[in-house]
Amino acid sequence: MSLATALRTRDVTELPGKRDEAWRWTDLRGLIRVLPAPSERFEGDVGQGPFDRLADDHHVLVNGGEARIDVAAGKKALAVLRLVSRGAGAHASRVTVNLAAGARLRLLESYESDGASLAQTTLVIMLAEGAVLERIVLAQDHEDAVSVSQADVLLAPTADFGQTVVASGSRRQRIETVVAHPGGRASVRLDGVYLLDGKRHSDHTTVVTHTGVDGVTNQLVKGVVRDQARGVFQGRIVVNEGADRTDARMGHHAQLLSDRAEVDAKPELEIYADDVSCAHGNTVGAMDEDALFYARQRGIPEAEARAMLTEAFIGQVIDRIWFEAARRVLRTWAGKRLRG
Amino acid sequence: MLSISNLHAAVEGKEILKGLTLDVPAGEVHAIMGPNGAGKSTLSYVLTGRQGYEITGGGTTLDGEDLLALEPNERAARGVFLSFQYPLEIPGVPALTFIRTALNAQKKARGEPEITAPAFLKLAREKAALLKIDFDMLKRALNVGFSGGEKKRMEIFQMAMLSPRFLILDETDSGLDIDALRIVSEGVNALRSPDRAMLVITHYQRLLDYIKPDRVHVLAGGRIVASGGPELALELERDGYDRYARAA
Ligand SMILES: Nc1ncnc2c1ncn2[C@@H]1O[C@H](COP(=O)(O)OP(=O)(O)O)[C@@H](O)[C@H]1O
Ligand SMILES: [Mg+2]
Repeated sequence: MSLATALRTRDVTELPGKRDEAWRWTDLRGLIRVLPAPSERFEGDVGQGPFDRLADDHHVLVNGGEARIDVAAGKKALAVLRLVSRGAGAHASRVTVNLAAGARLRLLESYESDGASLAQTTLVIMLAEGAVLERIVLAQDHEDAVSVSQADVLLAPTADFGQTVVASGSRRQRIETVVAHPGGRASVRLDGVYLLDGKRHSDHTTVVTHTGVDGVTNQLVKGVVRDQARGVFQGRIVVNEGADRTDARMGHHAQLLSDRAEVDAKPELEIYADDVSCAHGNTVGAMDEDALFYARQRGIPEAEARAMLTEAFIGQVIDRIWFEAARRVLRTWAGKRLRG
Repeated sequence: MLSISNLHAAVEGKEILKGLTLDVPAGEVHAIMGPNGAGKSTLSYVLTGRQGYEITGGGTTLDGEDLLALEPNERAARGVFLSFQYPLEIPGVPALTFIRTALNAQKKARGEPEITAPAFLKLAREKAALLKIDFDMLKRALNVGFSGGEKKRMEIFQMAMLSPRFLILDETDSGLDIDALRIVSEGVNALRSPDRAMLVITHYQRLLDYIKPDRVHVLAGGRIVASGGPELALELERDGYDRYARAA
């Protein structure tokens, strides 16, 4: 069962749904009765992407297609990758990212849609020894869109992979990252922020499998959900037998800002090795009303005080991004959304 | 300036303030003393508009305006400032950012121009030096990981930066050693002026050696049960609150 297969075969029964454990909170089978027609080629102007100004190398896929980003051994690169949907059709995209030994890449990826499209993106990301990739994803889909991004990340020992996904949700939005972690001082950061309002839905699903000794995984995901929106976090870290001295940390913290907002969280640490250092924390709560009063007592109006406290809450995730210019873009983006 | 008349207030259905009447004219410093649980902090929260405090009778005006009808931030913009007994932590918001946001929000509400970044920093450096606050501390998240004494000092720093007109100090002396107490009191005294007034809430007489009150009131059982000059504080220090607790 997969959305990619459903799109290829045009068979709705292939859609993942409630009966698939990994999709029970993002039920596409129950949502989509009839697949939209395949998207048409789009020839018009798609405007500016959120990271356009930070890089010269732009890869733009509109209504599907393929892209490939290669960085040669020891080289440094900075690339923008835009996955754009125009109209209300269905399409799939495929992206391959390949970093040779010691290569470094900053990948600035965005999901942009303008209607009730159904989009699936497959990414295959490979890092050779000593390669460093920071992947920043801004998923700013249209509220009617269904958008699923699925990345398979293959790391060699000593590779360094940092990821931060910032998402505002859509009718159904899912960002999935599956990491094969070989240990051997390879290191993974797998962060996320979701900022949801209206009836938006955003699903952050990650699976990291540690297969060798001395691997590091650090995850911090924070979400703020208002109105009738719904956030989903499924974080799974598996430490295989023999993957000793693995250091795995997972944190997921969400704030519900209304009675009808919802967060479904399933943090899982599956440890089969003996000598590991693991920690996880998962909290779902409300905004700190005492802190809110304190800010208002100092003269800050309620709406601004709420925006400020939310900004600070998710800011702790944004601060972990290495690429300062991307940090700035995301902070500004979040600030506007919170005050919009 | 501030006029409280026959104020009744309840928390979770339980009446805590039971007909409190008090006038604090401009230019004066009034101390409120009383046993634990008398309702001193409740009074400070009612005056500043904290949620969960229900006004069940009476009223309060500031310069003739109905104070209790205003939002907490509107009261702040009119110049009401509370130095909290237990200041809150604001994770992720640097102290300077927080205070600048507050100052500009107040100015905006009053129709004044915003303070520029350089002018703000200059003011902050000046006030930090007076209160012997390390400037680097102001770049840290407000009150997060600060000691009790540091938090109290930050309250007075915020007060100095916002220069309010009606100041409420709720047990500002607790958690301060004698040096810090002197510095903080100097900060408070610097704000004494003919167009400002203060309500100094304290459990102990000690603070009043530094911030000399014009009037002293005893709050017990949700009411002002005695009022007098500074000598009343000394008498309370000597004899305790027993007599008043019984009277309440
Ligand atoms: N949030 C609250 N919920 C329930 N009771 C409260 C609350 N705040 C204060 N009280 C009660 O109100 C009374 C007065 O408390 P407080 O105003 O804090 O006294 P003080 O500051 O004089 O020590 C006490 O009996 C206290 O238990
Ligand atoms: Mg108190």
